[in-house]
Amino acid sequence: MSKLNVAPNIAKPDDFYARLLAVHEGRSKEESDAINARLVLILSNHIGDAAVLDEALALAADG
Amino acid sequence: MFADRYALAHKVYPYEKSPDQDRAEAVRHPVVIVGGGPIGVATALDLGQQGIPVLVLDDHEGIGTGSRAICFAKRCLEIADRYGCGERMLEKGVVWNLGKVFHRDDKIFEFNLLPEEGHKYPAFINLQQPYVEQYLIERLRTLQAEGAPIQLRGKNRVDAVEDKGDHVVLDVMTPDGPYKVEADWLVACDGASSPLRGMLGEEFTGKVFQDSFLIADIRMKGDLQFPTERWFWFEPSHGEGASTLLHKQPDDTWRVDFQIGWDVDRKEELKEENVRRRLDAFLGPEVEYDMVWTSIYTFQCKRMESFRRGHIFFAGDAAHQVSPFGARGANSGMQDADNLGWKLGLVIRGKAPETLLDTYSEERIYGADENILNSTRSTDFITPKSEISKIFRNAVLHLAGRAEFARPLVNSGRLSVPCVYDGLSLNGPDGLPGGPERTRVGAPMVDAPVGGKWLLEMLGGSFQLLTIDAEAPETLDVDGIGVTRVAVSAAGNPELAQRYLGDARSAVYLMRPDQHVAARWESYDEAALRSAVNIATGRA
Repeated sequence: MSKLNVAPNIAKPDDFYARLLAVHEGRSKEESDAINARLVLILSNHIGDAAVLDEALALAADG
Repeated sequence: MFADRYALAHKVYPYEKSPDQDRAEAVRHPVVIVGGGPIGVATALDLGQQGIPVLVLDDHEGIGTGSRAICFAKRCLEIADRYGCGERMLEKGVVWNLGKVFHRDDKIFEFNLLPEEGHKYPAFINLQQPYVEQYLIERLRTLQAEGAPIQLRGKNRVDAVEDKGDHVVLDVMTPDGPYKVEADWLVACDGASSPLRGMLGEEFTGKVFQDSFLIADIRMKGDLQFPTERWFWFEPSHGEGASTLLHKQPDDTWRVDFQIGWDVDRKEELKEENVRRRLDAFLGPEVEYDMVWTSIYTFQCKRMESFRRGHIFFAGDAAHQVSPFGARGANSGMQDADNLGWKLGLVIRGKAPETLLDTYSEERIYGADENILNSTRSTDFITPKSEISKIFRNAVLHLAGRAEFARPLVNSGRLSVPCVYDGLSLNGPDGLPGGPERTRVGAPMVDAPVGGKWLLEMLGGSFQLLTIDAEAPETLDVDGIGVTRVAVSAAGNPELAQRYLGDARSAVYLMRPDQHVAARWESYDEAALRSAVNIATGRA
């Protein structure tokens, strides 16, 4: 059974973060929310593994 | 007579009347530098050490008050070492490695700069700018006493500049009235609001950030002292600012930096009672301290289109400005001085064409853009510019306390490292298969201990051939440019082997006078070396 990888896994984190925000540039809050929702669904499908997804959901909901 | 724009900490170059002022004709100087701040004086030291006559004009008579820049990075210290004042900076400065990041009241993680062993200088020191300026000027005085052709004239304010194409004419105001100065080459180091840039009608474009920061430098009284660490709070619960930074300086002084928003009444905010209100909320009411210096700053990320205009150069803040996050202002200005000095020296001595000077702008714009990119990203993280970017920022902070992956995304400043001039005009061949990435062509030298000495002390100031277990002649003249060999061995020097050989068995590095790698090979080849020297000096 796979485990959620919480170790750093993105080679250039600042570049990624800038690209992530660039996607939202000039969008309304509603559009941004929709983009985020779609992104979550796309990435979830890519992961597929139910155990990993459950762990990710728990981590995100914590707090 | 004209009034000072700011108060002086030390009056180290009082006005003296120069014989130039009484001559009917303007005196022509090979190089005139406008601005006696750290970058102007460093440029003068570089040229003066080469024996090039240089005149520095400054509109004040010494060093301004206020800590201002406080973080000096390794590469800056290495450059200062070549100018003869790195050791003094290190001796006085505070070395720090540990940083802690807080969100509201919780520490979300800490980081260690984990300094690599085997370097003369640490990753960073904290030191108030007036000390740096003092050491640079003392070094200038020592060089003058040894006969270096450097002049420094206080209360000499440039009121007008005329670009004559192949030289420059300056109208200079002094307490004894105006006089004219001519310069073959002019270097404008007159700061972020550069009057010269304005007089020449040069554009300075970029981004202005809508936020202001209140700096309070304080000296603690009593027993309570903070550790020598960098502490950064996002959304601190004391409420006196959207972020707060606490950082140690020498003389038991701490820098406290509050992010206080865009629409602030500067005069009101700078009143001692108001600064103390913020500090008391931050430190707790029982902590006693003296105020050393306060200031409010806003910032911008801007640069000029070109750092060269014919016979005029712009360096330091006059050429480019970044936000303070990451300490990329003064540190990159020192790299400008380091880059311009040897190129101008070669051109003045007739050993390289004037086109070599275009590469000053090419290379330093490359560096400025990297610094602007990094400091803009830090700023966008610290002061999110939209609702969604704040949501992401706070999600990162929230997760950083719980999941390691989020920590590299937290950006409270990416600390200054020198850029590698990848793919630029002066680079020669990279002919060292298996050679380390960090010492590739275009990179600044990486220090290493070599037989009880520092490699840093063996390189710089001229073109050199660093040979590691490789044969080469001791000296070679390449059409008037001398190249001398520095021969070392990997045996007994593991850091050197790791940093310069990698998987290779031997190496020959052509090093520029500013300690950047111009070319490298596995073994010596005279024709290849000659070609690389010509490329590195703009002659090919």
